[in-house]
Amino acid sequence: MNKQNNKNKIMEKYSIFIVLLIMIIICSMLNKNFLSTGNISNIMKQLAVATILAYGEMLLIISGMLDLSSGAVLAMAGVFSVSVYKSTGSLLVAFLVAILFGVICNLVNALMVTNFKTPPFIATLAMQMVARGIALLFTKGQNISQLGDYVVFGQGTIGPIPISIIFMAVITIIIWYILRHTRFGRSLYAIGGNEEAAIASGINVAKNKYVVFAINGILVGVAGVLFMSRVNAGLPNGAVGYEMEGLTAAIVGGTSFSGGVGTTLGTLAGAFIIGCLNNIMNLIGVDSYIQQIVKGVIIALAVIWDIHSKNKKTAKVILVEEKSEGK
Amino acid sequence: MEQEIKLRVSGIEKSFPGVKALSNIEFSVRKGTVHALCGENGAGKSTLMKIINGIYKPDKGQIFVDEKPVKIQSPIQARSYGIAMIAQELNYVPEMSVEENLFLGRLPVKKMGNVDWKLLRKKTEEFLKKEGLPYGASQKMKTLTVSDIQMLEIIKAISNDAQIIVMDEPTSAITQREVDTLFEKIAMLKEQGVSIIYISHKMDEVFQIADDITVLRDGAVVETHPASELDVDKVISLMVGRKMDNIYPKEPAQIGETLLEVKDLYSDGVFKDISFNVKKGEIIGFAGLVGAGRTEVMRAIFGLDSYTSGSIRKSGQEITIHKVADSIRNSIIMLSEDRRRYGIIPVRSVTENASIASLEKFIYGGYAHEKEERETVSQYFQKMNVKTPTMETAIQSLSGGNQQKVLLAKWMLRDPEILILDEPTRGIDVGAKYEIYKLMTEIAKDGKAVIMVSSELPELIGMCDRIYVMNQGKISGELKRSEFSQEAIMRFATGTR
Repeated sequence: MNKQNNKNKIMEKYSIFIVLLIMIIICSMLNKNFLSTGNISNIMKQLAVATILAYGEMLLIISGMLDLSSGAVLAMAGVFSVSVYKSTGSLLVAFLVAILFGVICNLVNALMVTNFKTPPFIATLAMQMVARGIALLFTKGQNISQLGDYVVFGQGTIGPIPISIIFMAVITIIIWYILRHTRFGRSLYAIGGNEEAAIASGINVAKNKYVVFAINGILVGVAGVLFMSRVNAGLPNGAVGYEMEGLTAAIVGGTSFSGGVGTTLGTLAGAFIIGCLNNIMNLIGVDSYIQQIVKGVIIALAVIWDIHSKNKKTAKVILVEEKSEGK
Repeated sequence: MEQEIKLRVSGIEKSFPGVKALSNIEFSVRKGTVHALCGENGAGKSTLMKIINGIYKPDKGQIFVDEKPVKIQSPIQARSYGIAMIAQELNYVPEMSVEENLFLGRLPVKKMGNVDWKLLRKKTEEFLKKEGLPYGASQKMKTLTVSDIQMLEIIKAISNDAQIIVMDEPTSAITQREVDTLFEKIAMLKEQGVSIIYISHKMDEVFQIADDITVLRDGAVVETHPASELDVDKVISLMVGRKMDNIYPKEPAQIGETLLEVKDLYSDGVFKDISFNVKKGEIIGFAGLVGAGRTEVMRAIFGLDSYTSGSIRKSGQEITIHKVADSIRNSIIMLSEDRRRYGIIPVRSVTENASIASLEKFIYGGYAHEKEERETVSQYFQKMNVKTPTMETAIQSLSGGNQQKVLLAKWMLRDPEILILDEPTRGIDVGAKYEIYKLMTEIAKDGKAVIMVSSELPELIGMCDRIYVMNQGKISGELKRSEFSQEAIMRFATGTR
């Protein structure tokens, strides 16, 4: 009956994937190497770190928060991991160390946000500075080189498939599962959608915030290992601004900055859109300054679109509110 | 005495979608008099005042100042006609200083357009000294007490050379001493020929200062008389005198043992000596004026706020409630008065909104049983007659009544024994109201206990088996069904025995 309406809904739900598809088509026309297996695998390898960070940002934004510290914590956890590997020779221990420090930093974030009521923006900004400082202090500002077998995380393959892509795929499935199939995931949407209503529904908001930060910490730790091993060095000054890459992917992928809305696959698509954009601009030789401008414009458009579609939806609610005020 | 008419409104009508807030209002204020406006919550007093102050535009009708027709389209314009309003809710910027707040929007500037701080300080200090207010010009607004702020607002309005001052519940937050000061000021203003429209629930105050009294009911003027021709009883009966329609589908239920018993519940500075009980199959009401502490009591019982002392027993067993999860575990639920703030999760679907408090029913064994969830929720929606385009529709695009029914469904999914419904029919249309009443009746017949907080007396009288009335944080009376009358409730609610 309401075909137009239905069509709009489908467009709204899948628009991000349609955008990605159109982009892939345009890219493949601009450069015939774009769709080659090598290039696609290349895009995905480059994307792995940003995508994993984007999932953490997505979970936080859905629940009404965000993390500005993930790039710095990534570097800190990364250099700790690298140096532990260099002294113990154990890949497992090195991997766990990265996760441990990622989680510790994020539990501090959670403490500030829930117990001390610090706005997440401020709390994680402070953590960004502290973590970067610790990374630089620990390495005395020097890069750690000669990582040996450590590079297997970022550069190795299992059969034909790069290990970093496997990490990305497995994490995608886990995050999708958490959001879609656990009570915790549902609670995050409720918390970000209306925290006070979540409390009044019996949801333990503080506990959930700790858990979501802890998950973010695990993701940042994994990203730290992948990043350092991909560049074959422990870079205390590495990954600057990577939290923005993550945030961008999440927002472009339809995660609403006002909380309560966002999907795993949307964020994945968002990451791919940015990855393809970077890749095609490199392939056809766009000036790197112009690349930044293009990326900035795309982010602005994504958010404008998000707010615009939300305004349409709330128009009706305002009427209802007026009504109750008039009573 | 025949003073000239200072302000007159004629034929004012105002509708909000689905609700007629004001119809054909005729109302006039004489120069140099205090005109009290009385009416129940929702009678239309605040809407009328907002029209006079230019916040709302009337659909029809005309306002006259000094018998000249005027069009008031904004509070600034209202000010230019000499109309000032002291709102019930205080508007101020807590982080700014007293002087900045006092001159907000009209800060003195120098030639270059920069603020003349020296002049501002001088003016403010003169003003504070003249009015004998005990605080400094540079003090931040948030360091002042509520009553200080209220006094400042009042004096600010007066100092603007206003000719007509609207005071909406001006004494709700100030002490008796300050009330006396305020009344002295009002007397002074009358001398100067200023007209005052005074809105208050406090009958003793109204009769202390009013020259004329107009009673509003259901958005219409009932009667206007000189105060000398009226008394408290007469005004109350005019306020509530609407005929009881048969819109309350109340059926007698089997009343069983006591389910919830609250004893001496006390919360410092909020409420005290709260003792009441509710039995199986019973619907009890909580009446009282806005700010009497009804919602606060219920929030404490539901674990949203903490309480200082007292006991809560369920079926004779003492229970402790620190957080919402505790009350839910004890099968107590609460539908909040503020649907937008504590109820809906606007951007999420109706299904998710309904299942959020019972996720363990649908997410088990390692994954979400979404089909089962949709089906169960939709059964409840059918029972509650929720009208929604799809099960995936975001709740924010439903009407208020349907939102409320979704939220009721959310709690019914848990099959609660004790339901606290705080203003369950606020802001929803008549049809949806009726459906909610019907559901309440069925719930009670099921042997559950219902506690309804409401500001609409007819609804309480129509639906409840017993009514507790609260006044200033205490239970001031309990009425059995045979003793119900709007007059009796209003007496307890206003504290005028």
